[in-house]
Amino acid sequence: MIHSLFLINSSGDIFLEKHWKSVVSRSVCDYFFEAQERATEAENVPPVIPTPHHYLLSVYRHKIFFVAVIQTEVPPLFVIEFLHRVVDTFQDYFGVCSEVVIKDNVVVVYEVLEEMLDNGFPLATESNILKELIKPPTILRTVVNTITGSTNVGDQLPTGQLSVVPWRRTGVKYTNNEAYFDVIEEIDAIIDKSGSTITAEIQGVIDACVKLTGMPDLTLSFMNPRLLDDVSFHPCVRFKRWESERILSFIPPDGNFRLLSYHVSAQNLVAIPVYVKHNINFRDSSSLGRFEITVGPKQTMGKTVEGVMVTSQMPKGVLNMSLTPSQGIHTFDPVTKLLSWDVGKINPQKLPSLKGTMSLQAGTSKPDENPTINLQFKIQQLAISGLKVNRLDMYGEKYKPFKGIKYMTKAGKFQVRT
Amino acid sequence: MSASPAYGEEKGGSGLGEPEYGHDPASGGIFSSDYKRHDDLKEMLDSNKDSLKLEAMKRIVAMIARGKNASDLFPAVVKNVACKNIEVKKLVYVYLVRYAEEQQDLALLSISTFQRGLKDPNQLIRASALRVLSSIRVPIIVPIMMLAIKEAASDMSPYVRKTAAHAIPKLYSLDSDQKDQLIEVIEKLLSDKTTLVAGSVVMAFEEVCPERIDLIHKNYRKLCNLLIDVEEWGQVVIINMLTRYARTQFLSPNQNESLLEENPEKAFYGSEEEDAKEDKPDAASLVKRKPYVMDPDHRLLLRNTKPLLQSRNAAVVMAVAQLYFHLAPKAEVGVIAKALVRLLRSHSEVQYVVLQNVATMSIKRRGMFEPYLKSFYIRSTDPTQIKILKLEVLTNLANETNISTILREFQTYIRSMDKDFVAATIQAIGRCATNIGKVRDTCLNGLVQLLSNRDELVVAESVVVIKKLLQMQPSQHSEIIKHMAKLTDNIQVPMARASILWLIGEYCEHVPKMAPDVLRKMAKSFTGEEDIVKLQVINLAAKLYLTNSKQSKLLTQYVLNLAKYDQNYDIRDRARFIRQLIVPTEKSGVLNKYAKKLFLAQKPAPILESSFKDRDHFQLGSLSHLLNTKAVGYQELPDWPDEAPDPSVRNVEVPEWTKCTSREKRKEKVEKPFYSDSEGESGPTESADSEPESVSESESESGSGSSSSSGSGSDSGSQGAESGDRSEERRKKKKGKEGPRKAFLDTAGSNPSEEEEEEQGKKGKRKKKPQHEGKGDSGSSWEEGSVSESSSSESDSGSEAEESQSEPESKRRPTPPSSKAAPKATRKGTKEISLLDLDDYRETEARGREGTCPRSPSRPVAELGILGLPEATARVTTAPPQPASSPSVVSTSLVTDLEGLSLTDTSLASTLLSPTFSAVRTHELLHRMAGEGLSVEYCFSRQPFVPDPHMVAVHIQFSNSAEAEVKGLRVCAPRLLPGIRLQEFPEIESLAPGDTASVVMGIDFSDSTQAANFQLCTHSRQFYVSIQPPVGELLAPVFMSENEFKKEQGKLTGMSEITEKLTLPDQCQSDQAIVQRVMVAANVSRVPCGADHVYRFAAKTVTSGSLVLITLERKDGARAQLTVNSEKMVIGTMLVQDVVQALAP
Repeated sequence: MIHSLFLINSSGDIFLEKHWKSVVSRSVCDYFFEAQERATEAENVPPVIPTPHHYLLSVYRHKIFFVAVIQTEVPPLFVIEFLHRVVDTFQDYFGVCSEVVIKDNVVVVYEVLEEMLDNGFPLATESNILKELIKPPTILRTVVNTITGSTNVGDQLPTGQLSVVPWRRTGVKYTNNEAYFDVIEEIDAIIDKSGSTITAEIQGVIDACVKLTGMPDLTLSFMNPRLLDDVSFHPCVRFKRWESERILSFIPPDGNFRLLSYHVSAQNLVAIPVYVKHNINFRDSSSLGRFEITVGPKQTMGKTVEGVMVTSQMPKGVLNMSLTPSQGIHTFDPVTKLLSWDVGKINPQKLPSLKGTMSLQAGTSKPDENPTINLQFKIQQLAISGLKVNRLDMYGEKYKPFKGIKYMTKAGKFQVRT
Repeated sequence: MSASPAYGEEKGGSGLGEPEYGHDPASGGIFSSDYKRHDDLKEMLDSNKDSLKLEAMKRIVAMIARGKNASDLFPAVVKNVACKNIEVKKLVYVYLVRYAEEQQDLALLSISTFQRGLKDPNQLIRASALRVLSSIRVPIIVPIMMLAIKEAASDMSPYVRKTAAHAIPKLYSLDSDQKDQLIEVIEKLLSDKTTLVAGSVVMAFEEVCPERIDLIHKNYRKLCNLLIDVEEWGQVVIINMLTRYARTQFLSPNQNESLLEENPEKAFYGSEEEDAKEDKPDAASLVKRKPYVMDPDHRLLLRNTKPLLQSRNAAVVMAVAQLYFHLAPKAEVGVIAKALVRLLRSHSEVQYVVLQNVATMSIKRRGMFEPYLKSFYIRSTDPTQIKILKLEVLTNLANETNISTILREFQTYIRSMDKDFVAATIQAIGRCATNIGKVRDTCLNGLVQLLSNRDELVVAESVVVIKKLLQMQPSQHSEIIKHMAKLTDNIQVPMARASILWLIGEYCEHVPKMAPDVLRKMAKSFTGEEDIVKLQVINLAAKLYLTNSKQSKLLTQYVLNLAKYDQNYDIRDRARFIRQLIVPTEKSGVLNKYAKKLFLAQKPAPILESSFKDRDHFQLGSLSHLLNTKAVGYQELPDWPDEAPDPSVRNVEVPEWTKCTSREKRKEKVEKPFYSDSEGESGPTESADSEPESVSESESESGSGSSSSSGSGSDSGSQGAESGDRSEERRKKKKGKEGPRKAFLDTAGSNPSEEEEEEQGKKGKRKKKPQHEGKGDSGSSWEEGSVSESSSSESDSGSEAEESQSEPESKRRPTPPSSKAAPKATRKGTKEISLLDLDDYRETEARGREGTCPRSPSRPVAELGILGLPEATARVTTAPPQPASSPSVVSTSLVTDLEGLSLTDTSLASTLLSPTFSAVRTHELLHRMAGEGLSVEYCFSRQPFVPDPHMVAVHIQFSNSAEAEVKGLRVCAPRLLPGIRLQEFPEIESLAPGDTASVVMGIDFSDSTQAANFQLCTHSRQFYVSIQPPVGELLAPVFMSENEFKKEQGKLTGMSEITEKLTLPDQCQSDQAIVQRVMVAANVSRVPCGADHVYRFAAKTVTSGSLVLITLERKDGARAQLTVNSEKMVIGTMLVQDVVQALAP
């Protein structure tokens, strides 16, 4: 399975290597660098690179390439999914996953990696288990450890490892018992020139932060579970119960986790909460172009659209832009040709707009493509699909937990073609 | 972190200290500084302060992490392998694994530490010792490794067994000669029933002996059933392996359709209607009429993998998707599309892999992804490689109905800034045009418009595509050819120029006037052209010479002369060749005549094909599929066999274990909620360190416990002898069961001796065989083993009584009550007997032990004598505690029975069983090994706990197999969750070696299935133990009449009612079997009931006394509906699961 792992930063330095079988020389990464050079952008580096004796599978996250070296046939998704899990674990342990943090915590990183794979085969990937084996570094613990000489390494097999609920550690205790659920929906949409929707789908997740004592058994029911016809669950969810009753019944892991993700597909009608009016014109004759966009709300169920951000990749021919926004701040980078406009909140009485001219490179003909506009926004207290949680109940424990639920709609990959 | 200063320090010195990084290792200066630098580390390692050692190790690990060489520290580090500090130890392990291969001799110093570690009582230490030992890759220790693996494979901790499974491929890669021995270990581990081990051992199987598919047979069903509870990585490996397995063992579910199946090309042209026809009604009708019947095992696999499509792990979803693609009947494959489309939202690397696979699938099964067409639309922010793959899928999905939308979408793409993507789009348009005749002209026109695009790349790509399209029907498009001829002035891209020249040459008769002119221009610029263009110029010249020699003779000569002196030998060669061929000389003879035929032959139009065509001969989702070449170690996906191999190989010989596990599961059930709920039996999973080996132990127990202890007795008492051969046959079966059982009894924790089992198994098999043949291929032995309730009763006596003693009993055993007309009188009689039987039996058992008798009142022994039941006496000999039902319980049920008698007679056939299902299943509380000779088992005796009615009585049996006396056995320091109370048993002052003692303690679980944790203390030691009740044990039976029941049930509706549909297996068709199974699952009493096919049970929770009502209604066929009414929803829910589980096949 996974032979070795190399971590490579954006400037091409291998700053960490870990081998689970015999050592593979780091020169194997040369093939990777070659491919990296060929692909102009980091995202375009192929995830699978065959070399004469090895295969390199990589993921790119947080400006770091995680390159796994394998030698024999293995499902590529297996490795890729695992690498992502490694990144998630680092993030979970250190808050952020960056080169600096990894270098600072190299020993913990190494210990964690050691536990995650044995002979290249995943051993413990549940963060609850890992955290029992190797405790995440905190300032307090570091101080205590230096004084008392105790260690970050657990000497007992984590209870989860053998139990039927491997995701939950035992003996959890909190003084404040709380369970928060965030229903977050992202709209992926492509809007065409005339403003009609080409495709729109909703990607929703329910993220949970559960801090409950003991072994609580939770059930979460929805007002309209019919919406959820394409879902994937955290392993803790009892599938049968969902099948038969459409109720999420589970013993939650301790801490933060993603309970559920769902997909409301393009076939259903998706309400689009904003519209963009645009008028982008490159005139053939003059070296000036006109640029005008207005953003407005639409089907927001009375909620405010906030955190609106417009970005657009302008064609190469655009030299500069002189624009005036009615609100917010805009920037244009003449090198990358990236226009971004931080709009903020949309006031339905006074729609935000951005108007002005573009100066084009003289002599060249007008670009044949108008730029696409990418939109970001947020709507609090609204799940655009209409999903509503009915109630949350807890069984198996005596105390009364504090329960909270939050809805939010965001733009996912929201594009307007012009 | 404290490592960070070390890190900085390292960095400073790294340039100096690295001989391998370009410094001359011989130069002493560097060496000395190197040594100096490491000297402080060595000093720290030699110190006796753990903190210094730790600091040093952290710095060393940081060096390793950055790829710096730290091998010179080996001797200093290896000394610390036995360090007490666990973190230092771990880091030393990390170091060892990294460098042991290089310093083999020194590494041997550490071996003894690991060997000691392998015997440690802490399973984590045993496991990590094995892990490191197997990871250090020193060939000399192969025999030691082999021994360690073998030992660990039968370790009582599943975690250690898992580690053993991991060690197998390590040893194999170190020394492949060990293969045979390793296969033995794999075989053994494959039969392991814990989910923890399953994934790892299949991984080992795949690495060591993927060709030994025969090892899977016996474990196939178990793997299918366990699958859902295996951790996600194991699932991927198992699913991939099972795909291969299924391909060798089952018949193609599409074999009939394959005759009708259109070839893929046709499917491509096919209209939607055709497609729909093919996919739905056709498939449905085929199912009806075709003789093909899917092997139930094949169905099992498909059914058990389906829920995994909902996994959060993309690799699992992909694995299931490929399994369905390769194995499922055509009509069912569609389910995977939705899940795969969902994955498209994931990270771009995941998208990349998924799209590759979707591309392959969409060629074969276009209809599947068509509804999701829009999900493949491309965004300007997608990485180029994703865009191109999406384009591929869109093209594959194009058909006559959706082509217009797709083309409109393509038009947007053509204006993209990403030129590689534009080029790919143009090719895609070309493919759509070739495949869908209707839009060919539209596409062609669109492409021609692109010829006036400003971007040369776009134009060039269009030319290439147009060339291919024109080849299909050139005569209609001379206009386009003319247009293209004009383009030669502007287009500079060689490929495009070459394409135009080729077109003009090929169709020069359509453009007779322009062609010579083009040649003229080309001749002028000939020297400046690219090679590929030059070749086409020569080609054009030759063709023109042949068709229009008057105008082009001189030009041709000129071009050929230029080519003759070209730098490229290919072109010189070509020129020479063509000259000989076309220009008639006296030397060139025969060929000249055929020149025209040679050059102007009809050329077949190229077929524009997806590069993903036929990729599906690689297993989807595999690396080989992604790369489209065979990767190292790739296992071919075999073709379906023509004839299905014998399905009986998958039958498991000992019919018990499937049953056992399902019983075993019940214990876990309480907190094991998961996917596998109602389906099948997945293996037991252990929950605590303190009872690791309870699997095997309690399984054997539960195997026997599943049956009624008195059921057999009562039966035998009442009914006449049955036909001789039948009882004989049973006896043989019993023998088969005796084997493993015995083995479990004499050595806890160790596995049954194989020979014995085998021998016994053979006996059983010999006898079973004829049955099989009678049943046909659908039947399987384990099903048969539990077909009727009679088999369960015999398993009980079989395991408990001596062979000889049980013989007469079995002879007198009645035929199962399929004959409904069993007289009432007999039933009554049997009831009494059963009652007595139990009591006596408990009595004798109690007498058998010394002093520590359970506190329930004893019965006169005389009764035994009066009735003179031989089984009862036989049972006296049994060693393990057989908790009895208390008199009160018995009497309740007796009343129930009597009540029932007065109401109706149909329902009563099985009520006599009610008191008898006391939980005879014992659980391991403390294993002999862990307890240093003291072993403790417990069971739920289902008696009321006299001192406190709110407590559940737990019957605990101690046995001392140590050399020394155990003194002062007591409970101390219970760590109980709020609400749970515990009534300790009186201290046992001493327990002599070889002695056993049993006590009863009460636990109030406060109606939850939380475990009660406490310590068992002896004079010298303390053991942490925990008792966890199955939900069924939290109940106490209550008696009520049918009317009362209905009244109470009316009050408990709505939220308090939980309903579940289930299908009763064949073995559960009889009333008695159903009642029995329910009562084994939960401590309830039967409510008499007038209606047929309705079973009611009532109980209340022990702590709060809330009513729990169970109704089981049989519908037509095997379907049934289970309703549980209870205020306590958790209990209700879990009880539903347990009952469903109990009624599962």
